[in-house]
Amino acid sequence: MARRITFMQAINEALAQEMERDETVVVFGEDNAGGAGAPGEDDAWGGVMGVTKGLYGKYPGRVLDTPISESAFVGAAAGAAASGLRPVAELMFVDFFGVCMDQIYNQAAKFRYMFGGKAVTPMVIRTMFGAGIRAAAQHSQSLYPIFTHIPGLKVVVPSNPYDAKGLMIASIRDDDPVIFFENKVLYSVEGDVPEESYEIPLGEAEYVREGDDVTIVAIGRMVSMAEQAADALEDEGVECEIVDPRTTSPLDEEAIYESVENTGRLVVVDESNPRCSLASDIAALVAQNCFDHLKAAPRMVTAPHTPPPFSPALEDLYVPDPERVAAAVRETLGTSDRARA
Amino acid sequence: MTEVASPQELSKEDLLDAYRTMRTIREFEERLHTEFATGEIPGFVHLYAGEEAIATGVISHLGADDYVASTHRGHGHAIAKGCDVKGMMKEIYGKAEGLCHGKGGSMHIADLDKGMLGANGIVGGGPPLVCGAGLSAKVRGTNQVAVSFTGDGGSNQGTTLESMNLASVWNLPVVFVIENNGYAEATSTNFSVKGIDIAKRADGFGIPGVTVDGHDFFAVHEAAGEAIRRAREGGGPSLIECKVNRYFGHFEGDAQTYRAENEVENLRCEKDCLDNFRRRVASAGLIDEGELDRIDEEVKQLINEAVEEAKAAPDPKADDLLTDVYVSY
Repeated sequence: MARRITFMQAINEALAQEMERDETVVVFGEDNAGGAGAPGEDDAWGGVMGVTKGLYGKYPGRVLDTPISESAFVGAAAGAAASGLRPVAELMFVDFFGVCMDQIYNQAAKFRYMFGGKAVTPMVIRTMFGAGIRAAAQHSQSLYPIFTHIPGLKVVVPSNPYDAKGLMIASIRDDDPVIFFENKVLYSVEGDVPEESYEIPLGEAEYVREGDDVTIVAIGRMVSMAEQAADALEDEGVECEIVDPRTTSPLDEEAIYESVENTGRLVVVDESNPRCSLASDIAALVAQNCFDHLKAAPRMVTAPHTPPPFSPALEDLYVPDPERVAAAVRETLGTSDRARA
Repeated sequence: MTEVASPQELSKEDLLDAYRTMRTIREFEERLHTEFATGEIPGFVHLYAGEEAIATGVISHLGADDYVASTHRGHGHAIAKGCDVKGMMKEIYGKAEGLCHGKGGSMHIADLDKGMLGANGIVGGGPPLVCGAGLSAKVRGTNQVAVSFTGDGGSNQGTTLESMNLASVWNLPVVFVIENNGYAEATSTNFSVKGIDIAKRADGFGIPGVTVDGHDFFAVHEAAGEAIRRAREGGGPSLIECKVNRYFGHFEGDAQTYRAENEVENLRCEKDCLDNFRRRVASAGLIDEGELDRIDEEVKQLINEAVEEAKAAPDPKADDLLTDVYVSY
């Protein structure tokens, strides 16, 4: 039975349902209960944004606060996963990966390969990303390309509450380490989400919208930018097809190629910085695999090659918006001012 | 240093097992030293010879389902934890039948079926992992214990210090063993830890810390027994610093010009853990030296076979390059 809940509630519900189903699922991170050792409530926060709120009351021995020691507790997630648990560790902001990346890419990601296929490392790292809340350069980056680059990791970037729940459940049940990217601007977005438990397989893209003129591949929050652009373009008689990969590793390449083979045009919308981004990766894959179908050069719509700025006046220019997406679509169609010039 | 512990507290069977483990490690490492010089072994090897009493003294308290996380210098911990010696040798030669199918090598030898969470190519990589294994034991309600071995170099890594704090905060069944062999690569602990006992750092995390003579199996065994018992009984983590020496370089090929003249020769004469063990059990009348000689011969034979079989074993196939990255993808 579906009802409207927020992106944040969808993730919370996925965690609760998996903790209920499987006693080896544990949740920990800074303030994940919130208030440990303090004189007030034991579960005051439920994570800095409240995503894990209420879990401590239901599963007190399996929701743990940590010291601010990402190396220790992210590494502990890897060790716990290799020894019988299914930990969900929270790296509060992905910008903090710099203090624990070794535990992710040298330890968790490599156990299975280095140990000759004997290890399973069923862990999830939940992490916030994205600009838009004036959190400035060290709390606003979109670093999923860095993790997508690493063999052994899976990378999930949901765009809506329904997907967030199903992908989180699939991530917890997955036997490989998963980095689960939560765009902080999406937390308050509502959508229809079934109450019952369900999985969305990792590595299966979603056709958000069908159209024959241009393929827009959009990641995470950028899906809504693409939808707004597509609405505007519809008035101009342009039919956009929007592909949401949902996971950047594995990447559903076939779904992208199938769409581009039909439309002959590609725009990729990616909130990360442009170099070695998902946008450049997908554009390169399409150029290599769909060259004969292309009617125009692929276009990339990304953040600029700068850190995220603080000032609202600048941050609003930083994140790709529907106007930039629409402009890129028009360029592939040869209908932009520049193309006409 | 703790009081001198006594061999009389161990059964004859336990003493013989401990000697066999230490001798197996020594023979394995001495042989690797020789074989590496022939150029047949790929990559790096970091040898544990001289430190055998630590791995053996600690791990002799652990069961098959307890956990160990190790270091670059991990062969000794793997042997003591029960990893197959021939599989290890094949792994070091990069062969398909190696313990990790040739994909890990010396620095990543692991066998999760034996509770061996791996040697580790990252200095300070192990302590966070044993926090996780300790948490796993605690959440699942088992009485398993997890032990990390870390060098004096790793004792200065943030991961180690963070992990001691986390283990204390979460009251985990974990023991942190620091093998202080005096050198982090070529840099002396006189420089890098300023002459203090690393064990004193335990005070900063509210956990017990002791320093023991890492050449003395009985001293290590006693200190580890207490720490592991405390962990198993819910008393939380401990730190044990073992002061020890290594007989070979940081890695094979290290000319060790940073060491004093005759430093290793003197250590071998004065501090050797196997000689020390032999002398103690023989003088106490617990074991006839002939029995130990027989173990020496059996171990020599085992390592001979391990080397010969490793050399003759097949390489991995080209297809193996792409397997075992994920469980499913």
